Amino acid sequence: MTATAMEQDGYNLRLYVAGQTPKSLAALANLKKLCETHLPGRYTIEVIDLMKDPALAQRDQIVAIPTLIRQLPEPLKRIIGDLSNAEKVLVGLDIAPS
Amino acid sequence: MKTSVRPRIVTRDLPVIAKSPTGIDGLDEVTFGGLPQGRPTLLCGAAGCGKTLFAMTFLYNGAVAYDEPGVFIAFEEQPEDLIKNVGSLSYDIERLIEQRKIVVDHIHLDRNEIEEAGDYDLDGLFIRIGFAIDSVGAKRVVIDTIETLFGGLDNQAVLRSELRRLFEWLKSKGVTAIITGERGDGTLTRYGLEEYVADCVILLDNRVHDQLSTRRLRVVKYRGTAHGTNEYPFIIDQEGITVMPITSSGLSHDASTERVSTGIADLDEMLEGRGYYKGSSILISGMAGAGKSTVSAHFANSICAAGQRCIYFALEESPQQIVRNMRSVGLDLQQWVDRGLLRFSARRPNLYGLETHLAAMHREVKEFDPAAVVVDPISSLMGAGLAGDVHSMTLRLIDFLKSRGVTALFTNLGAGSAETAPTEMQISSLTDTWLLLYNRESNGEHNRQLYLLKSRGMAHSNQVREFLMSGDGIALREVYLGPEGVLTGSARVAQEVRDRADRLLRTQDLERRTREIERRRREIAAQIETLKAQLASEEGEMELLNLEGAAREDQRSADRIAMVQSRSSKRAVSSPSNPMASGK
Repeated sequence: MTATAMEQDGYNLRLYVAGQTPKSLAALANLKKLCETHLPGRYTIEVIDLMKDPALAQRDQIVAIPTLIRQLPEPLKRIIGDLSNAEKVLVGLDIAPS
Repeated sequence: MKTSVRPRIVTRDLPVIAKSPTGIDGLDEVTFGGLPQGRPTLLCGAAGCGKTLFAMTFLYNGAVAYDEPGVFIAFEEQPEDLIKNVGSLSYDIERLIEQRKIVVDHIHLDRNEIEEAGDYDLDGLFIRIGFAIDSVGAKRVVIDTIETLFGGLDNQAVLRSELRRLFEWLKSKGVTAIITGERGDGTLTRYGLEEYVADCVILLDNRVHDQLSTRRLRVVKYRGTAHGTNEYPFIIDQEGITVMPITSSGLSHDASTERVSTGIADLDEMLEGRGYYKGSSILISGMAGAGKSTVSAHFANSICAAGQRCIYFALEESPQQIVRNMRSVGLDLQQWVDRGLLRFSARRPNLYGLETHLAAMHREVKEFDPAAVVVDPISSLMGAGLAGDVHSMTLRLIDFLKSRGVTALFTNLGAGSAETAPTEMQISSLTDTWLLLYNRESNGEHNRQLYLLKSRGMAHSNQVREFLMSGDGIALREVYLGPEGVLTGSARVAQEVRDRADRLLRTQDLERRTREIERRRREIAAQIETLKAQLASEEGEMELLNLEGAAREDQRSADRIAMVQSRSSKRAVSSPSNPMASGK
């Protein structure tokens, strides 16, 4: 897989959390597990802690915590919650279960 | 020994709730100081009630007047739209944003874009609000309309617990907050926000009657403090929001003993010679053409002539028309307009609802600070509202004017008779002085009459007077009260002519009789003179007779003596003692 394919095909994900809460930790763990299962090598995860950088909450229209945003591929998708419902996360990220 | 147990009443100082003034005219009076400081207030009402404008006014006034920066969390409108919308109220929010006195944050929630996968909370919202508050050190927060969350998110249980947490958190932040909510069906808000925000609930309402809408406000609940419980009309216009509390000024206004001239000398005369009380309210009712406006204009003229300001609310005629018409009775109102003492405020009664009229009047009075106002005629506002509304509006207007010591003169187009008067808009009882102007028909002509039905606190004339308008202004004439009743107009003139003729006749009669007596006196005097002359001549005659008699007697005795002597001379010489004899 070339770098361009990675760009086109890859998942650029951002997880917004507020401190190290159980929900945040659960969300990150759930997300990692999902990505490893369904998107091996095709994803990047950026964790943004709004406690440290509260201004970003406004910029990215964050209301609920945790919020997962699929930056790429377009269009932008939002999933809220601790991502414990894998099925819904997959629907939200537009990933066909394989 | 028994002691009776009495309930002990412990009085202690209750903690006084600190309040945040809204700076909205009237609302601070209704709430006795403003919204509960450091606590959230729920502002609810149907769409288009003015919730957003109310909330924004609260923030704007806080930032401008009370040095309390504010945060506006908008769920419904984009900041640009919001700023534009309130720009119509001449609020320059953009400038305040630049000055870091107001922060507007728009929260966008689209259900279609969000997938819910598991447990979540609203920390993101908290962080955003907290960040906004901290960035300007906000003391006031508006959240408009938080119920949008219910549309954007599915998990109601989470939402409800998070909202409860949010309001607690706002309290802990010490900010005075307004939470707006849509009116629900049978509930104050669609999602029952009143359960969470329980300290203060204000309900806004917009009702339409006869195609005229009136906005109303009610403080449903205000925990721990007294508040006005009525529905108070309010208006929104380019100057902002004004709430009209009926009872705000109560009945505690000062009663002045100063007097102001009515502008008509004869009318002053009927009011103890000194005119109306300053700060009182005067009602002039009468039929069309009875001279109400003319009496009002005289009053306005005399106020201005004294160098004081007056507002003339013209609801039927244009200012130019009034000025022109008053010239015909010798009043030059234009000079006062030019000198800035008289302000005409002309508006069509049905241009807007009653409350808007009232608010506009309030504002002008506050701005111009007049010594007197004229509302001509107040009855034309009848069309702008229900009779009860007109009554309460007049009450509020009078209250307001009295509290400012402004003398108010209202004209009322009515039947103008004492019999129908009690029903006339029920406002007569509110006024201190009531002039009735009649237009009575008699002998084929209508004549104006004026009657002072009441005038509180002074010994006023109880006379019906004839009311004459001429190029020299208004004059009041004594009417004829005779066996035929009140006579006015030509009947009065005829009666006056008759009276003058009668008087002339009486005078002539008197003169004639005086002359007669004089003549007779002179006659008698002349008679007396004649008689006196007669008497004198009689007396003279009598004297003459007496003298003659005496002489004759002397002669006779002399003769006798002579006879005796002659007889005796024959015998002796004549006696020397006889003068007659010796003389001979």
